This record gives sequence, structure tokens and C-alpha cells, in this order.
Amino acid sequence: MSSILIQIIQALLLLLLAPLATGFVSTCKARLQNRRGAGLLQPWRNLRKLFVKEVVIASHASWLFRTAPYVVFTATAIAASVVPAMLVDTPLSLTADVIALVALLALARFFLALAGMDIGTAFGGMGASREMTFAALAEPAMLMSIFVLSLSAHSTNLTTMITHTIHTSFALHPSLAFAMVAMLMVAVAENGRIPVDNPTTHLELTMIHEAMILEYSGRHLALMEWASMIKLMLFATLIIDLFMPWGMAMQATPAALAIALGLWLLKLAGLLLALALAETALAKLRLFEVPEYLSGAFIIAFLGLLSYYMLEAGV
Amino acid sequence: MMRPTNTWFAEKLGDHGIYTQYMEDHHPAHMPCLEIRLLDWQQAAEIALRLEMRLVAVWATEGGCHDQPDSMFAYMGLAHPEHRHVLLRTQLGRERREIASISRHYIAACRMERHMQDMLGITVSDIPDGRRWIKHEHWPEDALPLRSEFAATTRMAQAEGSYPYVSSNSEAVCQIAVGPVHAGIIEPGHFRFLTVGEMILNMEERLGYVHKGIEKAMCGKTAAAGIRLAARISGDASVGHSWAFAHACEYAAGIRPPRRASYLRGILCERERMANHIGDIGAICNDAAFSFMHAQMQRLREDMARMHKQLFGHRLLMDTLIPGGVSIDLDQRGCRLLSEQTRMLAAEVEHLRTIYADHPSIQQRVIGSGIVSVNEARDIGLLGYVGRASGNYADERIEEAYPPYNELEVHVPQGRHGDVATRVWARFEEIADSARMIIRLLEQLPEGAVSNAWQAPEAGTSGFSAVESWRGEIACWLRFGDHGLIDRFFVRDPSVINWLGLELAVRDVPVPDFPLNNKSFNCSYSGNDL
Repeated sequence: MSSILIQIIQALLLLLLAPLATGFVSTCKARLQNRRGAGLLQPWRNLRKLFVKEVVIASHASWLFRTAPYVVFTATAIAASVVPAMLVDTPLSLTADVIALVALLALARFFLALAGMDIGTAFGGMGASREMTFAALAEPAMLMSIFVLSLSAHSTNLTTMITHTIHTSFALHPSLAFAMVAMLMVAVAENGRIPVDNPTTHLELTMIHEAMILEYSGRHLALMEWASMIKLMLFATLIIDLFMPWGMAMQATPAALAIALGLWLLKLAGLLLALALAETALAKLRLFEVPEYLSGAFIIAFLGLLSYYMLEAGV
Repeated sequence: MMRPTNTWFAEKLGDHGIYTQYMEDHHPAHMPCLEIRLLDWQQAAEIALRLEMRLVAVWATEGGCHDQPDSMFAYMGLAHPEHRHVLLRTQLGRERREIASISRHYIAACRMERHMQDMLGITVSDIPDGRRWIKHEHWPEDALPLRSEFAATTRMAQAEGSYPYVSSNSEAVCQIAVGPVHAGIIEPGHFRFLTVGEMILNMEERLGYVHKGIEKAMCGKTAAAGIRLAARISGDASVGHSWAFAHACEYAAGIRPPRRASYLRGILCERERMANHIGDIGAICNDAAFSFMHAQMQRLREDMARMHKQLFGHRLLMDTLIPGGVSIDLDQRGCRLLSEQTRMLAAEVEHLRTIYADHPSIQQRVIGSGIVSVNEARDIGLLGYVGRASGNYADERIEEAYPPYNELEVHVPQGRHGDVATRVWARFEEIADSARMIIRLLEQLPEGAVSNAWQAPEAGTSGFSAVESWRGEIACWLRFGDHGLIDRFFVRDPSVINWLGLELAVRDVPVPDFPLNNKSFNCSYSGNDL
């Protein structure tokens, strides 16, 4: 019973903290540029503003355009709720299969791209075509990176994988290093961050993710924006789960949970700070270099796989 | 120093059997206006091209006081690095308002000829592109705004029509329409892309959305009122445009500003150059998502604007120039503040430049993107930093050497690669050079009055000027009518020519690189649309 409660709290925390995480990244970026920034709460204020604003819809928009925000948000929220943040073994852990997770994200992406094309503007189509091109390269790289871990855990279930990592004594695994680098690279691309996409740009022609939601307004836009904030949170948590799960609660005791929560927030802050640093130091890639970047991630993950067989499989 | 009358071009035309007549009521003498016959118009352009002259502008106007009121004239401005500017004028036929196009010789003339067609109803025969330009399709065909019988307050019915864009029949070619309303707060302009996948096959500009009728509004204004309007032709080049306007007035009236005024004008103009280059470099980096540079450059630009507000009363230096001099002055403290800030800015920009140069990710974006070759740049006659990045080094501060630049050494950056990186490089170089000149001018600021009394010339007198604004050469021509009021006005912002360069630069460039290129040109919409 209590584990169900914890599951619910965990999912809600992910949803509610997501805008704060985005605010944290932009505040860090602002500080790194010697600016004051709009504050941690700004994404929350933006969402609140968007939720009360009226929705403007193009006259030739179909049902797809109207429903897409709900589908995208729900799919992302479900994906986020199956990722363990504090407690390793939750009631939803049976469904917490990594392949299912990738499929949920793909579902969200599918509807996002359809919605982008539905209105028929040049930008929506352009964004959708770019998104799908890059997704076709990002998804295999992400799966390949996860498979490196699955190999030693003999499972694609997140809970099993985390338990396996926690129970094996700490040792330097070159394969894990490869997998983590690949995963970080994919996470940056999947979340539309610099150097792949710029979430703060106003230049229609350079957009990827923003181009698809350019026609949205009001609560629709709020859901889309919120979904992408949750996605950032999800990826950060996933990276923590897969590569640095130490300190996560195995049993639902208050003390263990408190430690797990504290450590999770700390690791999260560390990862987001690293993202802010990278975004400050890097300019955006040329569009035609993004496929190279993503195939690079795939190859690094593949090297991880090879090094697992060569160096670790027999151990 | 009064330069002797420039007779070089008249002699050259004479060699080819073109008879020219020197116009007495046009000033200054070193930029003479030569009257030629209508049928020699095209040939004169051809000869000028063979003499490696650069086209400054083509425009038309109705006759003034000395001429028959119902006559119409076309003007052509030409420049040569060694022989100064020269204007050609020809009278159009009374019955047939028709003139031969010179676009075959000077490609940049085409849009100006379309402007003539739109605004004055002159038929330009043999024009390669006869579509409307500034006068959009919703204007009635018979509305000719620059004719004197057209009142500025005329209300017109909205006409129907569409603009025939360059298009492709191929199924593989996509059309992307961008603007005039953009996602950011920028000036309005429409860009029509033909793309194959993500590569730009062709980009076509559609401008004119900020047409305000400045040429018409200037008619009937005194020089003092006119310069206020001139400062607002393009807000980022307010000193450049005011200076061009002031020069044209002063040449026509035979008034020379005091030496101190010229120095102050030079300081203002170079400060404007610095401020715009600093802001633009930051914006270029921001378009490649390198926002660190943007934040820093914005801060420096803001410091400049605040200093301008404090010392000159306006953040963008508007209304600091008046015909005959300047309306502001600098005391000892002002000189010190300005000099200190300029030094500080130059040092900070140099520091930021090393950061920009040390980041491969931004370098990778700017190097090799949007190349305009030296030949293309020469054919169009690209101006300012855009030209300087592509081997076209026209600079009025050297060619015209108007005061205070006759007492200064101007270093023009000489780039040849013509890509975004070279345009940024030229801007960095100009910032350093402007800072050096400002400090020089402040150190040697002569004592004395800051303006001479303005006295309007007699009716029918015209003046022409060419001034190097931060964007490049601004050409300004005006004619005075009765009671010292301006009768006709023409101004050519450098953007009119540089916009053509952008169309060339973005061929075979990926679509997402367009904003980067556009920013590296940063042409004015307002200055183009008037």
C-alpha cells in the first residue's frame, strides 16, 4: 500500500519539479553569462500564464491538432512515472521496461510530428521532418546504450538493472563509461538542447522542436511545453538510474527514502549544471552535422558493447 | 580645401561622342552633375562600367523651378575610387515617360529602376525584372506617390493582385515563405525560399512593408526640420543619415560647418559604428546559439547607449546634427568620459574577440558559410563591411575624405573570403579602428563654435553627398525650392545594394544557416523601403 503511495508521490514529484529543473538550467546559464536571469520559478509562471490564456486554433486544423497536446503530455507523463526516482521497486516496476519507455516517447514524438504537419505551415513540416530524421538516429543510439547495461543485468527492466548495478561492487567498467557518454549525447539531442537545437530561439528557420509547436497557444502550448520539461527531467532521472543509482531506496523506509530523495536532487542538480555549462560553451551545430553527432553517439554505445564482450563478459 | 571641378568623366564621355553639359546649379563642384541626352543614357552606363566605375544610385525626379514644371529627369550617380563621384542627368520625353534600363550593366540598378516605375510612373524599357517593388499589389496601379499632383494625404482604394515570385515546377522543390511577421521582434520583410531538402536553391526578398513615404514627406520641409526626419530614415544609422542630409544641404547652400563641428560629427558617427558592430556581433553569435557573446555585447552596447543619453541627450544619437554644424557640444568632462569609455570598450571587445576566436563550435558555424565571391561583390557593388569582406573596399571616408577624415588615417579592413566569418572579422577590425579614431578626435578636438548659421540657397539649387555610415555609403541628393524649403529628395541607404548580396550569399546554404547570414549582412528594411 505504502509503495503505491510512494509511486504516486514519485510521479507527482517528477511532474511538478520538471518546470523547476528547466528554470534551474536557465538560471545557471544566465549566471554563467553574467546575467541575473528570470529565476527558478519562471517556467512555472509561464505555464500558469499559458493555462489561463485563450486557445487560438487555425481554421483548418483537424482533430489531430487538438488532441496531440493531450496525447503528448500523457505519454510523456506515463513514461516519467515508470522511471524510479527514489524507490527502486515500485508497483509499476513490472512495466518499467526500457523498450516500453522508448516506445512511449516515440508515441509522443509521432503525435508531435503529425500535429506539426497538420496545420500545413512550412515551419511545422520543416520541424517535423527534422525531428523524425534525427529521431531515426537517436533512438537506436539510446537503445544501444541501454543494451550495454542490459547485458550484465540480463534484463531490460529498469528495476532489475538498477538492483543489479547497486549490488555489484563498484569497479571501473569501460563499457559503462562508453554507454554513459552515448546516453548523455542522446539525451541532449532528444531534449532539443544546444548543440542540436536551441529551445530559446526565435528564428523559425533554425528550429526543430519549437517549429512543430509554433502554431500552438494557450493550454495546448502549456501542455506541450510542460511535456518537454518533463522529458528533460525523465532523461536526467534515467541517466541517474542507469549509471549512478547509488543511494536509492531498496525498501520503503522513511530514512532510506529521505536519503534517496536528497541524493536524487543532488545528482539531478549536478547533471543539469553540466548541461548549462555545455550550453554556454557550445554553439549550435550545423544541421548536417547533427546526423554525424548522433551516429557518433551510436558508435560510442557500440564500442561500449564491444568492450563489454572483450573486457568484462568473462569476469 | 576646395577641390577642383571633376572633369575626368566628362572628358571620357566626350571621347565616345557623348555630349555633356555641366550644371551650374548643382553642388559640390568636385561631384559635378552632367546633363546628357536621353538616347546616350544606356551607353553612358556602359562606358562607366568599362571605366570600372561603381554605380551609386539611379533615381528620377520631377522638374523644379528653373526647369519646366512638367518635365521629368533621371539621375545616375557613379563613383570611381580615384576620381570622385559624378552624377549624370537626363531629361525624359514630355509625351513618353520612358527611359532605357541600365540594369544590364549595373545589376544593382534594377530595384531602383523598379522604384522609379512604381513611384513616378516612368516606363523603364528593357528592364530585366519589371515587377513592382516598393508599391505593393494592393496599391492602385495609377497611384504615383512621388508625382507632385499626388497629395500625401490621398486615401486610396485597396486593389487586388498578387506578386509573381520566382517559382519552380519541380516536385522536389519546396517553397518556404517567411515573414513579413516573424517570431522575434525584428523589422518586417518577406523571404521566399525555394529549397531542395534543407538546401536553399534560391531566396527571393520581398521588401517594402515599412514604406513610410519619406521621400514625399521630405518635400516642403525646411532643412532644419528635414534633418530630424533624415535621422529617422533608419534608426540604427541616425548619425549616418543625418550627416548625409546635412552635407547635401551644406553643399547646396555653400556653407561649411566649423572644424569643431566636423570633429564632433566624426566622433558621433564612429560611436554609432562601434555600437552597431558590437550589437551585431553579439546577435550573430546568438543566431548560432552562442548566447554568451550576445549577453556580453548587449551589455557593452547598453553602456554606450547610456553614455550617449547622458552626454548627447539621445540613446541613438538622434537630432545631434543640424544643417551647418551640430546641436551638441562636449565639455572637458564629457571628453574625458567618452574617451575613457571608448578605451574600455575597445579593450573589452578585444578580450571577447579572443573568446570568440577560441571557440571551435562558433568558428565552425561562421567559417565558410554564405560566401559572396569577389567578382559577385564587384558586380553588385557591395558596400560597407559586406563589401570589405568580399574584396570591395569602397569607403567614402577615404574616397571623399570629407572632414574630419581628411585629417585622419582610416584603416579599411581588406577581406576576400566573403563568408560570415570574414564579415564578423571586418566588424571587429572596424570597432578597433573606430575606437582609435574617436580617441584621436577627442584628443585633437579644436576650439570654436559648433555650428555656422544656416542660410537656405536659392530655389533650384541641388546638392549631393556621399557619407560612410556604419553600414556603408549613404548617397543623398536634394533640391531646394522656394522659401528655402526642400523641393525634392532622394536617399540611397547602403542596404538597397547590400540586400542583393544576401540573395547571392545564401544560395547552396542550409536553410537553418539563413538567419546567421542575414544577421551578418544586417541590412536595414526601413532604409530600403523609405
